[in-house]
Amino acid sequence: MSTLTDLTQRMASGEVEIVDLTHTLDPDFPVIILPPEFGQCARFRMEEVSAYDHRGPAWKWHNISMSEHTGTHFDAPVHWISGRDVPNGAVDEIPAEKLVGPVVVIDCSEGSAQDDDFELTPEIIEAWEAEHGRIPEDAWVLMRTDWSKRRGADYLNMREDGPHSPGPTPDAMRLLAEERNIRGFGTETVGTDAGQGAHYTPPYPAHFILHGAGKLGLQCLANLDQLPATGAILIAPPLKIRNGTGSPLRVLALVEK
Amino acid sequence: MTRPRQSYEGVALVAPVSIPYQRYSIETAHWWIARALRGSLDAAGLKPADLDGFSVASFTLFPDTAVGLTQHLGLSPRWLDHIPMGGASGVISLRKAARAVQSGDADIVACVSGDTNHIDSFRALLSSFSRFAMDASYPYGFGGPNANFALLTDRYMHEYGATREDFGRIAVAQRDNALKNPGALMKKPLTLQQYIDARPIADPIALFDCVMPCAGSEAFLVMTVDEAQKRGLRYATIEGAIERHNAHASDPIQLRGGWTVDIDELYNQAQCAPTDIDLLQTYDDYPVISMMQIEDLGFCSKGGAPDFVRNHDLTITGNFPHNTSGGQLSAGQAGAAGGFIGLVEAIRQVTGFAGPTQVAGATRAMVSGFGMINYDRGVCSSAAILKGGAA
Amino acid sequence: MTTPLTPPPKKNPLKRSLTPTSPPGVRSRATLGLTAAAAEGRFMLQTCAECGTVQYPPRDACCKCLSVDLPWKDISPTGTLLAESTVRTSTNLYFRERAPWRLGSVQLDAGPTIICHVHGDVAPKSRVILSNRLDRSGQGVMMALPEQRTPDMEDDPELRAMSSDPKHRRVLITDARNPNAPTLAKALHDAGATMIFVGEAESWLPNPQRDALTAIPGVEIMALDVTDTTSVKELAGEIGGKLDILINNAQFVRPGGAMARGDVGFAQDEMEVNYFGLMRLAQAFGPGMCSRTADGVNSAVAWVNILSAYALVNSADYGCFSASNAAAYSLSQNLRNDFRASGLRVMNVFVGPTEDDWHQELPPPKVLPPAVARSVVQGLKDGLEDVYCGDVAKDMIERFRAGPKILEREMTKGQQG
Repeated sequence: MSTLTDLTQRMASGEVEIVDLTHTLDPDFPVIILPPEFGQCARFRMEEVSAYDHRGPAWKWHNISMSEHTGTHFDAPVHWISGRDVPNGAVDEIPAEKLVGPVVVIDCSEGSAQDDDFELTPEIIEAWEAEHGRIPEDAWVLMRTDWSKRRGADYLNMREDGPHSPGPTPDAMRLLAEERNIRGFGTETVGTDAGQGAHYTPPYPAHFILHGAGKLGLQCLANLDQLPATGAILIAPPLKIRNGTGSPLRVLALVEK
Repeated sequence: MTRPRQSYEGVALVAPVSIPYQRYSIETAHWWIARALRGSLDAAGLKPADLDGFSVASFTLFPDTAVGLTQHLGLSPRWLDHIPMGGASGVISLRKAARAVQSGDADIVACVSGDTNHIDSFRALLSSFSRFAMDASYPYGFGGPNANFALLTDRYMHEYGATREDFGRIAVAQRDNALKNPGALMKKPLTLQQYIDARPIADPIALFDCVMPCAGSEAFLVMTVDEAQKRGLRYATIEGAIERHNAHASDPIQLRGGWTVDIDELYNQAQCAPTDIDLLQTYDDYPVISMMQIEDLGFCSKGGAPDFVRNHDLTITGNFPHNTSGGQLSAGQAGAAGGFIGLVEAIRQVTGFAGPTQVAGATRAMVSGFGMINYDRGVCSSAAILKGGAA
Repeated sequence: MTTPLTPPPKKNPLKRSLTPTSPPGVRSRATLGLTAAAAEGRFMLQTCAECGTVQYPPRDACCKCLSVDLPWKDISPTGTLLAESTVRTSTNLYFRERAPWRLGSVQLDAGPTIICHVHGDVAPKSRVILSNRLDRSGQGVMMALPEQRTPDMEDDPELRAMSSDPKHRRVLITDARNPNAPTLAKALHDAGATMIFVGEAESWLPNPQRDALTAIPGVEIMALDVTDTTSVKELAGEIGGKLDILINNAQFVRPGGAMARGDVGFAQDEMEVNYFGLMRLAQAFGPGMCSRTADGVNSAVAWVNILSAYALVNSADYGCFSASNAAAYSLSQNLRNDFRASGLRVMNVFVGPTEDDWHQELPPPKVLPPAVARSVVQGLKDGLEDVYCGDVAKDMIERFRAGPKILEREMTKGQQG
């Protein structure tokens, strides 16, 4: 029996489960907020073109618009200044084999429940490796915080001094990107960086270090609590946008039961 | 500078015809006008081809005018006129036709007016009556002429102490006259108490102050006295006739009409005085306007009409016969024919054709017209004194 | 004495709502001068430039000297009620449904006699002040008011038919985040509005004005994002059936013209909020409001757009923002056409630069929220269509009237915004 036939049979029998890690594209889903003098991330919008009516009797369709970085989305290396010169750094250039691959999940949900500004540090990563083994090369690393269960204002968690949400420290990013040579890093929050990530050096390390090293990003993920720490496969192909810096996408994981 | 007015000598008015009025009609103005014209020609023993002059007054001919009517009715006049002057149109039509006959521009002129009244045509007529009305009168309650005349009546009452009873005397007397006119719309007697108790329409105007819009037509012929005598027709002559437009424009509200400007010349031309008038046909769209005419035509002083109507009997058999056919208040207002009803009745009266409404011994009649509430007042006024001539 | 309006009872669900009807709305071109003056609450009449005769009804030539030079001038509105009537029956449905209707004939001290509506508190044959108002056909009409204010005079049925008074009415303010929202809501409450819905976009972002808003009696915060068609439709489905006044204060503003910006990003945001936002609101709320303009005391009555005065002419420093407001202004004219038959009035409040973050670099005078609130509420009470709020807006409309091209050249000196 071929591998794929085997896989499809196991998927049909439920031995391999498909987990949807995607939030619904919804006009009211939060997006990253920059200071107002900067251009902003466009929200998801949908305008009806026809709905089986005088505008089109037999069909219904919508025109949609959004940013490359709206909803559950993918960050390509060219998204950040540090990654502008990496080869194949735009979404249309990323080789297809990078879009399906192994994934590990570091569970930070307990710490994040205690501390809105919870940091993923090298120590936590090393402790995880002590339990689950070294992070394999070219794997997706997802930071589970259960943040995707938050709704409304609690999700961005915006205060006078900006948003507060968990994220990695610069050292953690260096460890993952440079020493573990991961494929990409993903989070449940609105960005790969912590809400207060601007105050690190370098600012926004999950963007600066990750993309500088040519690695990929995923954010606004959901259902990470349904993934095992290791052993799952992540399917995360962005739209093939010429010179695109990212893309909303459907993120799926294959999980062996 | 003013030259003396030329007399209307030698002009005869013959063949007065009124087609009985109907509240609503499915027919057109063309139909009503044709019937009156035919009636008048028949009365004079003439055929359409004998006419060489034609004068028309109508509101509901649209999109036609007198021009369209010539082809519609198969007439080929050498003199044609269209008189858009509403309640003043009868006397004005007569003035013009008389001059045409005197000058030889025409030998026999038919003066005809008529309008139809469809359901909703009164509202439609109001909606396009005049630019000033559209701009500055309709938007204020859209009471139509009722509201305009209510304002004049209110001021008249305030200035001269007229009461509702005074106006009621005019309406009640005319109803009495109308009961003798088989062509009148109103068939039931009216008491002063009924008048007072009537449903208010636009205070102080109530139901019996208002005319009833209807369909109908009126006609008479104008020719030389020689022609009338040759044909053996009883005729009336024009002793004098006046018209005036937009008089007293600086009066803030209308309490007098244009007659006051020309009335002395009218009596002078007719060589008579108010006391010589046997009957008066006023334009009676509302009783207050009849009062205004009684004053302005010299039967009493300004503001004296309330007292005048208290002291006179306005019925056919009374000491001041007034609107002997019932007038518009009781016979109905057939559009522009309302400007002819008094004139045609006056011709009947002085020629002895009035039948059941005949005033005994009537030889001299005065007719006046009043028309066109362009904005806040009637703009046109006219009057004539007619006398019966020999057959 | 005017009987004060009592709060309307809850609607009887078995009674059919009256279909909106309109007073006669056809006018000659000359008479539209009266409408233009009424739109901003001025009492003006044609005045002959040659002989000075003040005339009415409006004409195409002077009735004294036949001059055709007939500018409209502000005229003293005082006069005397010569005569009056109360119309109890009319062939026009609008007045038939509202009978009895008082009207009168007023001799203006300035000369002409004017047939006009008459306020219930005017004594017979007394001195009056004429007010030039828009009626429900959107045309200028004159109404005689008592010389001295009387208690509750705004509640007179004829005057209320001309106004857009917020008293006993339900209002939607579309943007709870606009700095003017709390002051506006408070002013509407003070003017007697019973319910004041305030739309709030993106409730996942903090709104520092929320507490101030919810402290005002009658205020309810509702989810509304004018850039999101679904959100607008959802709120219309929820409250559209009982909305009497809609005040669109949503605005997106950033400095800069097309060349200074170099992209269309902010311009898209400006159009999404300032132009498409208005269109979405109109498409969602307009039909419901238009069907309820004859719905008794709390009937739908007005649609208010708070626009920048730069809608009239482009301000270089806010070049793209100005353009979006010009688009909104043009759309408001389209809405006036589409709402005309219902009598729902579109009132545009043109506001000069406001005292906020985005006008920080502009010198005073700048408009503070209380001035906007006053303009909106007074404009509604007076039933206006065009209100100019703040010195800059007033200055601009005066210059605009003197010559739009001259103003354009003044405003486009060449410094890049």
